[in-house]
Amino acid sequence: MKQSSEKHIIEEVTAGEYKYGFVSDIETEVIPKGLNEEVIRLISAKKQEPGWLLDFRLKAFRYWQTLTMPRWAHLDIPEIDFQDIVYYAAPRKEHPRQAGELDPDLVKTFDRLGIPLQEREMLAGGGTAVDAVMDSVSVKTTQQEALSKLGIIFCSMSEAVREHPDLVKQYLGSVVPYRDNFFAALNCAVFSDGSFVYIPKGVRCPMELSTYFRINALNTGQFERTLIVADDDSYVSYLEGCTAPIRDNSQLHAAIVEIVVHDRAEVKYSTVQNWYPGDKNGRGGIYNFVTKRCLCKGVASKISWTQVETGSAITWKYPSCVLAGDRSVGEFYSVAVTNNHQQADTGTKMIHLGSDSRSTIVSKGISAGKSQNSYRGLVRVAPGAARVRNHSQCDSLLLGDRCGAHTFPYMDINNETAVVEHEATTSKINEEQLFYCNQRGISTEEAVGLIVNGYAKEVLNKLPMEFAVEAQKLLQVSLEGSIG
Amino acid sequence: MEALDTYRRLFGNYRSVLRMNSAPQMDACRDEAAARWLQAGFPSTRSEAYRHFDLQEALSIDYGMNLYRLGVPAHPGDVFRCDVPSLSTQLFFIVNDLYYPSKRPVQLPEGVLCGSLDAMLREHADLLQPYYHQLCRQDDDAMAAMNTAFCQDGFVLYVPDHVVIDKPIQLIQMFQGEIDIMATRRLLVVLGQGTSASLIVCDHAITSSRYFSNQVAEIFVGKDASLSYYEMEMTHDKTCRVANTYIRQEEGSRFLTQMSGLENGLTRNNITLTFAGRHASASLSGLTLLSRNQQTDNHVLVDHAVPDCQSDQLYKYVLDDESRAVFGGRVLVRPDAQRTEARQSSASLCSTERVQMWAQPQLEIYADDVKCGHGSATGQIDENALFYMRQRGLSEEEARMFLKFAFASQVTDRIELGPLQDRMRMLVGKRFRGELAKCIDCKICP
Repeated sequence: MKQSSEKHIIEEVTAGEYKYGFVSDIETEVIPKGLNEEVIRLISAKKQEPGWLLDFRLKAFRYWQTLTMPRWAHLDIPEIDFQDIVYYAAPRKEHPRQAGELDPDLVKTFDRLGIPLQEREMLAGGGTAVDAVMDSVSVKTTQQEALSKLGIIFCSMSEAVREHPDLVKQYLGSVVPYRDNFFAALNCAVFSDGSFVYIPKGVRCPMELSTYFRINALNTGQFERTLIVADDDSYVSYLEGCTAPIRDNSQLHAAIVEIVVHDRAEVKYSTVQNWYPGDKNGRGGIYNFVTKRCLCKGVASKISWTQVETGSAITWKYPSCVLAGDRSVGEFYSVAVTNNHQQADTGTKMIHLGSDSRSTIVSKGISAGKSQNSYRGLVRVAPGAARVRNHSQCDSLLLGDRCGAHTFPYMDINNETAVVEHEATTSKINEEQLFYCNQRGISTEEAVGLIVNGYAKEVLNKLPMEFAVEAQKLLQVSLEGSIG
Repeated sequence: MEALDTYRRLFGNYRSVLRMNSAPQMDACRDEAAARWLQAGFPSTRSEAYRHFDLQEALSIDYGMNLYRLGVPAHPGDVFRCDVPSLSTQLFFIVNDLYYPSKRPVQLPEGVLCGSLDAMLREHADLLQPYYHQLCRQDDDAMAAMNTAFCQDGFVLYVPDHVVIDKPIQLIQMFQGEIDIMATRRLLVVLGQGTSASLIVCDHAITSSRYFSNQVAEIFVGKDASLSYYEMEMTHDKTCRVANTYIRQEEGSRFLTQMSGLENGLTRNNITLTFAGRHASASLSGLTLLSRNQQTDNHVLVDHAVPDCQSDQLYKYVLDDESRAVFGGRVLVRPDAQRTEARQSSASLCSTERVQMWAQPQLEIYADDVKCGHGSATGQIDENALFYMRQRGLSEEEARMFLKFAFASQVTDRIELGPLQDRMRMLVGKRFRGELAKCIDCKICP
């Protein structure tokens, strides 16, 4: 293929626009900028939290003050002024919600995002329960009634603190303690809302649970916290999606996801991350610094992380599995797409503590424009963990000669019975494949789409049906129309 | 901190002695390097690069340094352990860090400089000065800077343009002494345009004292030149070796290296290879056999700074008892280094549950038209293969030995000198059988 035409096609393929960048004109209650103990007390008071939770926040905040921002990632993170951020913003008109009504503007916003909030539409639309979070609060959780019949708790974190304090107290911070890292400590101090899920023993959740995060207010940080507990022999599939409006200033998103999986239970956690990635010149965009971790506590427990990362100006995210139970299984499937000036340093950690535990890592990176895309992963086998099996595969695809693709795997093996394998490849789109497609009458543009899609298929296949469609659409948005 | 203070004082107190006993070109780089080393301090496990390599204990020992360049009574000619049957080599010796002039006849083509770095730098400053401390200077490794600060002698091989050295050159580095010794050695290899040479470097410990060896090798492979560089370590549990090897390859050059560790204590090999000219190729490999409490860290950085180069890495480890090993490989493909081909592979065979293996095979790629891949595997001997061999009448012990040998031979097969390859196979086989790798007529083996 001629170089010029190839360049042209790649440019077209990578010149997508962000579709979810609108701003909703919703009256929002915000607290003043800045971070100090008073702000934390104010957030806690607004949420009418019990004393133990305030103590937890304050402890985390004091610890956070002793830390410095981590700089080890392969990221160029501009200095963040933590005093220039609003730590709490909530859409007003909270009261009608009690009566089951919602602000029509809010409904409109979520409709535009393709998330129906009205139960009627929800039922028509299929079996997914949604917790919709805008800025610092959960605005609506659907299908709660149907779920509660099975004993499943699915509600906002604030509601869980009020209604199920014992469960929250038992599990909050048990997987990601406040001393874990800089952003985890910050989240523990100021976390606003998020989702809480509890699946009782032996229950297979009949529908997908989903949380949709939306940043709307200006200069606001979003610090949500998700806690999922799957009791013995239970199963749940949980989906997470996120978007934000187009703004020139970067906004911070520092979330925590904690998952506890008991004996023989299984959790499937899927993310389609589509925060605003910034414009073509690298202006604006969300800084996505997230700590996600699952503790496979029980025997034969299983966690499966699937993520499609297309948004955010900077992504710093390593969904991890602590495989403590014997015969526990951890899986990580990821597609990370970076374009323009986006930067991503993402991957996973598989900490094998239990014997006969297994893990699989499949990571597909796609870099375009001037972006930098890194995979960073750790596979650790503890001395007492016998017969551990791991296989990691990290592939990078480069679209353009100004982008970067990097692989930083770490393997710490402390037990001889482990079998750990890692393989990685980096290349651009294979010209022979393109040629083959052309020969079969497929235009080069379509062929690039086909190849990229096929490349990501292994991961997209792991997504629940509804999400797979959305993820494919997202790949289209990020890498333009010829795909799919 | 204590060790750093000790060496800082030593450097200050003996600065004039160092000046007196070394070539002025060496001395000129000393202060700047010392400042860098002292500012950085000794590498600690808190730094990412030395996370699993703890030098603290090795540095706490009170070593002697031969700053006054006193002769050590030695009989290098007796080291038959290094003799490679049917491979005729030109032999050179270094005892600790002192070049040992051998009485053996050496025949080298005209213009080739080979011998003491100190003497050659004094005599041929015009030829060698442009190369000394050029590659090492750009690195921020504190041990390499410390080497420059204390370096007084070493070995140099200079091959002028269009000269081919057929006979391999062998440098035998011996550790010998009644007291614990720190040796600071320097190797400088300069291959001019269109040249070819093979260099074999062997590390041997003759006596059982503790040794700390801090080595820096700077290797320049000129345009269309070809260099095979083999290093073999056969020391003992009480040695600590930190070796920084820097290679710069010009256009169309070819470089092959293999580092084998058959017996050692605590070993760190840092290799930094830079492609400075297009269409160059490099093959880097290493075989590390560890047992007891031994540890080896191999850290390899291949810098594809220009387009159209190829690199291939293969590092293998066999770990027994409580041994520990690290493979840190990094391939850097800079912007515009298009059509780069880089392969990187590491494999480890663990024999007991007490071994520890850390692998970090990294790719950092800033160009799109590249073919880069890496693979890393850690595991045990395949039970099915073992079963198959036992079915065929082999004892379990023998079968295991064969399988280990087969695992290692993928690396030894890369040795291009036939007799050296046979020799390495023999030594590896002996090592797996638990025998001391001693040779017929060797006077130093017990």
